[in-house]
Amino acid sequence: MVLVLALGDLHVPHRAADLPPKFKSMLVPGKIQHIICTGNLCIKEIHDYLKTICPDLHIVRGEFDEDARYPENKTLTIGQFKLGLCHGHQVIPWGDLDSLAMLQRQLGVDILVTGHTHQFTAYKHEGGVVINPGSATGAYSSINQDVNPSFVLMDIDGFRAVVYVYELIDGEVKVDKIEFKKPPTSNSAP
Amino acid sequence: MIADDDEKWLAAAMTAVKQNAFYMQRAIDSNNLKDALKFSAQMLSELRTSKLSPHKYYELYMRVFNELGTLEIFFKEETGRGCSIAELYELVQHAGNILPRLYLLCTIGSVYIKSKDVTTTDILKDLVEMCRAVQHPLRGLFLRSYLAQVTRDKLPSIVSELEGDGDAQMNALEFVLQNFTEMNKLWVRMQHQGSSREKEKREKERNELRDLVGKNLHVLSQLEGVDLGIYRDTVLPRILEQVVNCKDELAQCYLMDCIIQVFPDDFHLQTLDVLLGACPQLQPSVDIKTVLSGLMERLSNYAASSVEALPNFLQVEAFSKFNYAIGKVVEAQVDLPAAGSVTLYLFLLKFTLHVYSDRLDYVDQVLGSCVTQLSATGKLCDDKAAKQIVAFLSAPLEKYNNVVTILKLTNFPRVMEYLDHETNKAMAIIIVQSVLKNNTHISTADEVDAFFELAKGLIKDFDGAIDNEIDEEDFQEEQNFVARLVHNLYNDDPEEMSKIIFTVRKHILTGGPKRLPLTIPALVFSALKLIRRLRGGDENPFGDDSSATPKRILQLLSETVEALSDVSAPDLALRLYLQCAQAANDCELETVTYEFFTKAYLLYEEEISDSKAQITALRLIIGTLQRMRVFNVENRDILTHKATGYSARLLRKPDQCRAVYECAHLFWADECENLKDGERVVLCLKRAQRIADAVQKMTNASRGTSSTGSVALYVELLNKYLYFLEKGNTKVTGDTIKSLAELIRSETKKVESGAESFINSTLRYIEFQRQQDGGMSEKYEKIKMEWFE
Repeated sequence: MVLVLALGDLHVPHRAADLPPKFKSMLVPGKIQHIICTGNLCIKEIHDYLKTICPDLHIVRGEFDEDARYPENKTLTIGQFKLGLCHGHQVIPWGDLDSLAMLQRQLGVDILVTGHTHQFTAYKHEGGVVINPGSATGAYSSINQDVNPSFVLMDIDGFRAVVYVYELIDGEVKVDKIEFKKPPTSNSAP
Repeated sequence: MIADDDEKWLAAAMTAVKQNAFYMQRAIDSNNLKDALKFSAQMLSELRTSKLSPHKYYELYMRVFNELGTLEIFFKEETGRGCSIAELYELVQHAGNILPRLYLLCTIGSVYIKSKDVTTTDILKDLVEMCRAVQHPLRGLFLRSYLAQVTRDKLPSIVSELEGDGDAQMNALEFVLQNFTEMNKLWVRMQHQGSSREKEKREKERNELRDLVGKNLHVLSQLEGVDLGIYRDTVLPRILEQVVNCKDELAQCYLMDCIIQVFPDDFHLQTLDVLLGACPQLQPSVDIKTVLSGLMERLSNYAASSVEALPNFLQVEAFSKFNYAIGKVVEAQVDLPAAGSVTLYLFLLKFTLHVYSDRLDYVDQVLGSCVTQLSATGKLCDDKAAKQIVAFLSAPLEKYNNVVTILKLTNFPRVMEYLDHETNKAMAIIIVQSVLKNNTHISTADEVDAFFELAKGLIKDFDGAIDNEIDEEDFQEEQNFVARLVHNLYNDDPEEMSKIIFTVRKHILTGGPKRLPLTIPALVFSALKLIRRLRGGDENPFGDDSSATPKRILQLLSETVEALSDVSAPDLALRLYLQCAQAANDCELETVTYEFFTKAYLLYEEEISDSKAQITALRLIIGTLQRMRVFNVENRDILTHKATGYSARLLRKPDQCRAVYECAHLFWADECENLKDGERVVLCLKRAQRIADAVQKMTNASRGTSSTGSVALYVELLNKYLYFLEKGNTKVTGDTIKSLAELIRSETKKVESGAESFINSTLRYIEFQRQQDGGMSEKYEKIKMEWFE
């Protein structure tokens, strides 16, 4: 059982002061093995904070990120899954599922984690799974009118990935769960 | 040398005491009163020595004291056998020296205190008077201390038994008061013994003995019958009389503190003016701060622990008394350094916050007193005073945890005026962090204005003083605090919120080139949130003059972001213009949207020259433009044309290719029928393909270089064609796709392209789509073809 925290689009300090306190109290150091971050933190303080939760931090560049050295995209393997990470402002039209599918084919990954729209999504298509953890702070978005703070926790165990999404709605944390299985003989991504 | 001698003498004296005690004990065992007295007198003679230091004398005294305990028991037994006090007194007179005689008389007297043949008051009076015979400070102190010790346990019961007899009570009181007075006089006299060189040593020795004197006050506080009335009318005045008249700094310091610690807080509250009135009468060298702060602290704790007592504070007007007293002290001590007077006010402030937390007017008064004091000394230039002022100002912040409350204190900013720049900034940071830590919301424009005035040390540079020494990271962190707290400045009412935005902008724009890139974004997004709210509401009910319209606010933002381009932050400015453009688009303000795009484009052309930056900026432009619905055909065309132009002119060909095929999306809006121009989509893709061809030529020419370039581009293009095919673009023909696929296949046969997995996943996708029901498989029928490895 490997726990992977996926989050992004915090936009601190431009659009939000900090993560919601209810989220902060949930993100306890030492429980999570990897963090994958879609970008737009935007400042070093948030980077350092994420590192305290888990030292294995993977992050890609959002268009407002202060640190220009983050890569445009990144791939990594966890369990039997190959994951791809990209902020999403590079994929036009923004939020378009078919265009994202193309990126997924290009990167050759089972799970594509992407952001930019501040809207949680998790859906399965021919090439695999696309997950958008939304904005962890509920930051303003020009694309999405109604943003609730959200983040995703993936429990990856061999060929099985359970995706938990945590959303803060009207002051309460709501959880939902989606399960994905990768067929062992799948010819997706060598 | 002297220390050794001290030890030697002590040892010799101890031996003598031990010896005599032994004989005394033997005499007691054989009921030999006369001998017992003889040996006890001899033993007590050792206490006549002048050779010992106070510390060593104390050791000797304790030894003797223990032995006298057995003697006392013996005397008690003797009275049982019928021996009268008069007889014992008579026998004791035979002791040769006065000191031993007095010790014995005290011992006897204490035994007879409870007897019926002599009145208690007479005994006590005699004893306390008799001890006057010993005027040597050290010996006298210990003698009287013995007297106090030996009568202490018996006093309370005397007082209670004589309940009806008011006089007797007073006499017991008088006894202790007199003993105290005499002991203090002796103690003070020690200060003037010996040479002036040894002053420090004497003070040290005196300090060792101070509890002997203080014990008397303790006894007074334990006496039954010493109620508030007696304390106020007799006890306190008498004690204070001695304290003031002795004119000794050491004694005054210690005894004032003793009084405060030993007597109940309630008493202090009721006798506040008497206590405080004594302060100016003390020696100038006495540290009044410690006395006053001790008193205020005790009373603060009293207020905190017993809510029922709070009305008393109001009733006795504790606040005004303290305020007045401190004012007097500060006035009297002219050369008190700034740090000192601020400390005094700090204690008063803490007291006020504890006891009168809802009386902001009192708190403001204290701040005002401090201002008056500071105006006399001028702007601070020493660290200690600055530190104290920071502590002073932080106290109400910590107490109320709410900056909005602080804003009501009119004197708060006035105190800050006296801080030097560095300290002012430090204070500003504390204030800002209080907002963040407590998540305080400030909800009116006036309060926001006042707040930024307080925090101005952080918001801008003081005239001429640009802090060059500051660490870059620290600076950014500080400005990030400011940016963060912008999100706490909020009001549900759009009109008020709009005023808040204007106020925030006013202050932030004074920040200077280093601050603007860090603070302006937060302002912009706060304003965009407001615009969205305004848009969601009803038709504008405010009329033309009001400032709370989306258009007005967007106008403001346009000017604000412009300030950024003046300070070399073009990338950020471009992003913000595009955000504003999207907001304007959502408000259906075509001209405004176009304006923002113009500004963004100009920045791109004139300011953004770094290749990597251009690629990202262009992506953002294309992505934003793709979503615009407000434009008429002409405007749309102009902007699109420019965007494709920029794309074709990026530095590296692969980047050009990608940007150009992205532009294809500009001609196709999925949800909008009249924004679907199939032909121009294909034109775009073909143009991109030509660029890819050029890449291929370059690759072939230079052979050794990586060949993933062109093949990957072709595969990407193929995917794009498939995208538009699926969307129903009829201009995407089967032939176009097939020939592209052919091209890819032949290229991959020639050389290892590195794009194999992409090709495979694309092929798999095609196959999958072909299997789908309905329209999808029909579309894919068009491009049916053979593939082989």
